[in-house]
Amino acid sequence: MSLPDERGYFGPFGGRYVPETLMPALEELASAYLDVRQDPSFWQELDYYLQQYVGRPSPLYFARRLSEYCRGARIYLKREDLNHTGAHKINNTIGQILLARRMGKKRIIAETGAGQHGVATATAAALFGMECAVYMGEEDMARQSLNVFRMRILGAAVIGVSAGSRTLKDAMNEAMRDWVTNVDTTYYLIGSVAGPHPYPMMVRDFQRVIGVETRRQVQEQTGRLPDVIIACVGGGSNAMGIFHPFLEEEEVKLVGVEAAGCGLETGKHAATLNRGRPGVLHGSKSYVLQDEDGQIRLAHSISAGLDYPGVGPEHSYLKESGRVTYTAVTDGEALEAFQLLCRTEGIIPALESAHALAQAVKMAAEMPREAIIVVNLSGRGDKDVETVARILEGGKGKL
Amino acid sequence: MTANRITAKFSALARERKKGLITYITAGYPDLSTTAGLIMSMVEAGADLVEVGIPFSDPVADGPVIQRASARALAGGIRVRDILSLCAGIRQKTGIPLIVMTYYNPVYQYGLEQFTRDAAGAGIDGLIVPDLPVEESGELLGHADHYGLALVPLVAPTTTEKRMAVIASAARGFVYCVSVTGVTGAREEINTNLAKFMQTVRRRIHLPCAIGFGIAGPVQAAAVAPYCDAVVVGSAIVELVDRAGTGDPAPLVAALVKEIKSALENCHDLTSKVM
Repeated sequence: MSLPDERGYFGPFGGRYVPETLMPALEELASAYLDVRQDPSFWQELDYYLQQYVGRPSPLYFARRLSEYCRGARIYLKREDLNHTGAHKINNTIGQILLARRMGKKRIIAETGAGQHGVATATAAALFGMECAVYMGEEDMARQSLNVFRMRILGAAVIGVSAGSRTLKDAMNEAMRDWVTNVDTTYYLIGSVAGPHPYPMMVRDFQRVIGVETRRQVQEQTGRLPDVIIACVGGGSNAMGIFHPFLEEEEVKLVGVEAAGCGLETGKHAATLNRGRPGVLHGSKSYVLQDEDGQIRLAHSISAGLDYPGVGPEHSYLKESGRVTYTAVTDGEALEAFQLLCRTEGIIPALESAHALAQAVKMAAEMPREAIIVVNLSGRGDKDVETVARILEGGKGKL
Repeated sequence: MTANRITAKFSALARERKKGLITYITAGYPDLSTTAGLIMSMVEAGADLVEVGIPFSDPVADGPVIQRASARALAGGIRVRDILSLCAGIRQKTGIPLIVMTYYNPVYQYGLEQFTRDAAGAGIDGLIVPDLPVEESGELLGHADHYGLALVPLVAPTTTEKRMAVIASAARGFVYCVSVTGVTGAREEINTNLAKFMQTVRRRIHLPCAIGFGIAGPVQAAAVAPYCDAVVVGSAIVELVDRAGTGDPAPLVAALVKEIKSALENCHDLTSKVM
């Protein structure tokens, strides 16, 4: 299966919906990427950094006490939280920055929601001595202040975005405006499988390492493929990364988990695939949360990384083809799963990843003991500790 | 496709050896009746074509002025169909070419065929969609051609000659030349390589050329006019609406339009003759 096609389409989704100013830059990027894709020396260089700098392969860990708690399937955690910088995002930023270097670009820009992609970009830029500017919504800067400091310490300029909902969507708008203005010198390092072609393909390819390792590790440890793989979906890069090497394995059930926020029926959620419809946002055709006139709706999630009204086009394709099932988990369910993993395994998960965990807990209880679930633990939760403390101490939960 | 009001207007301008002025306004900012009044006063002050912006929540090609105006218009509850009705009302009063500028998603959600049908039915002559490059414009172009609505393409200083040739085959009405790499908004500086850029455009696309993005007032308008057939002024007008506050912005806007029009008198062609 070789999707996307030449025009960047996954079935009816994808493409390039950007101002004309950027089209030549996207053509140049696609052609540069297709060159390095065939070049073994590029992948050798990337592998070197993934092993020696990021710390790959990340472990596939059998969560014994969590599984016992669920009284059902065995749950394995793909520990992307143990990567350098604490999330899967760095797999992609190292890949793209190596590409940017080969293209002769000196300045890197990025958007960030939770700040994990911003930190991973600032880190990669520091590693290769490149100038870096990260756009971040002011609302996200307030709830992820630790990551703002991390980016600044790493030498990046963090530029607050006060437009619109002041979250990831607006940060992405502003990063695109910067790119339109500085396209000759600047490389735009998109952090998810969203945006115009070739980003959805390229970011997926750089995140595929998660699924490739998982496949090998689960076979080594259990002698077979898993029954279910679960990952959270905001833009969808960690999910695409772990799902992609299993797409052809029809017996492996793939489940993407969106943020149901306060509940799907409240309208305050970020469940784009569950509640949106096809539209065009940030350069590609995909599912979008929008009103009747096509104005983009505000998303809501306790987790800044899932708080996005769009989703990568390949996910829209996989939803419509039926290969992947997309569910949604509320803020409350994610918080419970967050605490459960802390108490049973001594692992503080990112609130994003806690959505995937909550889905796993629900499904595991319904499955036999010999069944195997793999959860992509896409990031660690240190960044979320303040948010969680505020909510729990506010009396909405127990601490 | 029949020659519509856009083509007729550019022919008349060429006959009279005059440069055209295209004025932009964000519909619904601060409200629809102000927009209607502004359009009529721009027409009376001498604008040659009027661009009506349908606001979008995420306008990536726009600078802060139009972003803010769009957000305010949407907060006021403006709907796409209200703007089409507004245009139909304007059409009853004037024969000026009307062009709608909006992003792809509002058009896509309205339905490509329905939108082009209703826009043409409202007396709108052209459509500009800044996030719809030629590679993705085929379906909309088919419907626009069917209903006689000109799908006006953009070209940028980064556009290669090869792309311009492709754009030419899908261009209708005129070609909107982006003066700078960047978003909309008034600027001090104007692209110094404009002459070379416009020569390339002229060589590849045989339609009238308008230059826009960053034209703040009469001085810049006169500076770019020798390279094109018309200049587009947008953010500078929207800024006057900001400045008017609760007062009527129409006199301020009419004064700017008149100033620019008179600056465009006596501007001579450079590009088409340099060849």
